[in-house]
Amino acid sequence: MWRDHLTEIIVFAVLFLLVSAMGFVAARWRAPKDMAHLDEWGLGGRSFGGWVTWFLVGGDLYTAYTFVAVPALMFGAGAAGFFAVPYTIVIYPLVFLVLCRLWSVSHRHGFVTPADFVRSRFDSPVLALLIAITGIVATMPYIALQLVGIEAVLKTMGVTGDSAVARHLPIIIAFAILAAYTYQSGLRAPALIAFVKDALIYIVILVAVIWLPQKLGGWGSIFDAAEAKFAASPNPNDGILLNANNQLQYVTLALGSALALFLYPHSITGVLASRNRDVIKRNMSALPAYSLVLGLIALLGFMAIAAGVKPLPGATAGTVDSNTVVPVLFDQQFPDWFAGVAYAAIGIGALVPAAIMSIAAANLFTRNIYKEYLKRDATPAQEANVSKITSLVVKVGAVACIVFLDPQFSIDLQLIGGVIILQTLPAVALGLYTRWFHRGALVAGWAAGMGLGMWMLYQIPNVATKRSHFGGSAFPLSDFGFDTTKTIYVGIVAVLVNLVVAALVTLALRAAKVAEGVDGTTPDDYFADEGDPRVSPGVTRGADAAPEPVAPEPAA
Amino acid sequence: MSAPESETPGSASSRAKDHSPWNWLLFIPIVVPLIPVFFNADSPRVLGFPRFYWLQLAYILLGVATTTLVYQLTKKRGGR
Repeated sequence: MWRDHLTEIIVFAVLFLLVSAMGFVAARWRAPKDMAHLDEWGLGGRSFGGWVTWFLVGGDLYTAYTFVAVPALMFGAGAAGFFAVPYTIVIYPLVFLVLCRLWSVSHRHGFVTPADFVRSRFDSPVLALLIAITGIVATMPYIALQLVGIEAVLKTMGVTGDSAVARHLPIIIAFAILAAYTYQSGLRAPALIAFVKDALIYIVILVAVIWLPQKLGGWGSIFDAAEAKFAASPNPNDGILLNANNQLQYVTLALGSALALFLYPHSITGVLASRNRDVIKRNMSALPAYSLVLGLIALLGFMAIAAGVKPLPGATAGTVDSNTVVPVLFDQQFPDWFAGVAYAAIGIGALVPAAIMSIAAANLFTRNIYKEYLKRDATPAQEANVSKITSLVVKVGAVACIVFLDPQFSIDLQLIGGVIILQTLPAVALGLYTRWFHRGALVAGWAAGMGLGMWMLYQIPNVATKRSHFGGSAFPLSDFGFDTTKTIYVGIVAVLVNLVVAALVTLALRAAKVAEGVDGTTPDDYFADEGDPRVSPGVTRGADAAPEPVAPEPAA
Repeated sequence: MSAPESETPGSASSRAKDHSPWNWLLFIPIVVPLIPVFFNADSPRVLGFPRFYWLQLAYILLGVATTTLVYQLTKKRGGR
């Protein structure tokens, strides 16, 4: 079976080994005097300029899973899958407005994670702990999903086995290599590898969107083929346009996903690693280039319909693994060597975000659990060390999820992840603008949003896979008692309830005169830029000279 | 291109001004892509793309143009 794909496998393996070598060499790239500091290992010295940030954040936000799952959704449901495009348009103005403030306050105070900021802003270790745990829980399944992306490619190449271990061996090896170079090089490794990943992705997509429509009779006939397929299917909610029922879902999903994406710890890590505010702002104009690529990748789903692709069978008999749609399309339409390049692009595309996500989760653990609760007087070197080890643990956990659990479980968790990370919006994003909310009220709002979000997701069945719970994120409004067939994205409803509860409890706590704590930041902090005498790292690189970055640490 | 500025000379190099009114322009690319009435139709087709697809891809340009414009209008005077 795999012998038919030998050329593809060789090209894939060579490119994969090449970037692995780059990952190890990355420790010496823009080398600091001392790697034993969390700012160096976990944020690349907070020194990345425009280009590096563009590749890093781009490689971070547009993951292998996106490249595999979005066209799979288009293949299965049509227009509804295109939400990825408005989603990645809306996010950049939001980042432009909001995360610049987070960058400034973080640089002045040496914050590494969003929970660090919340800790200082609201003077509440409890709220910070909730934010940190939310971030870690939301990120873990996201890492596991990157493996689903690699697996789809390996499966198409016939690299598979009968027992669970044999089937997963290539992934275990790939992740072991990834873990080793992330441990050694920290954020510098994905930053360097991102160059290769994106170059490959751009080449593959350019070729695909020029070459494939010619082979398939032009764009018009591709869309017509898709239209014909959806017209023939019994599902009322598919088609190449939206219908009256799923428009609200489409729009709220795009907005909610955008709000969630920039609250994810790994995107914040990418933004905090940039050198100054200018770099962030210029990148918000340049990053949409990836959105264009993503839109074209989404349309690969329709090309697969026009080309008559049949997805490979799934893990259990009678099901299909729709994630294999794009790999199978490449296998059918491209010469072997180029299909190998395309597979490498997807495989390497999984490594970059997986590395950044594990670093972000490790930073959260180190700063907001280890340092806060286990070892108050940890030195920067100890922090860096704990983070490195945690990043290993996180990756082992992600591999275990894929090997021992049904991949569907990771997909469910990822769905939940988007909803729960949204619940940090009032504390993190609104917290950058106002301290009006009471810290106790933010905790109450978080709990309310979490509870409601979970309940709603639990209620949603999936008819296609015959599962009665966690079947998707489109919640029928009729379940709230409205007389309508419209659906809405769960995350938006949950975060609105979160905000209302937070506001009401704030009024109550303020009336009861409950202590609000002290704001550790000043209004001026939110505008600080590179060159500010109080902006901490970057200049002091030696371990002996590195100041303890957390500014307002209470005497403990 | 002078956005209203109020700052003390001493901190001019290290203070960014993100309270410019130009920032309100950024709400255009947040709101417009989220109105389905504009894009949820087949005709007219452009290069074979139904309006649903080409218009949403065109919104990427709207986003780029707006963020670039706001960046240029609000960046530091004498900036790099």
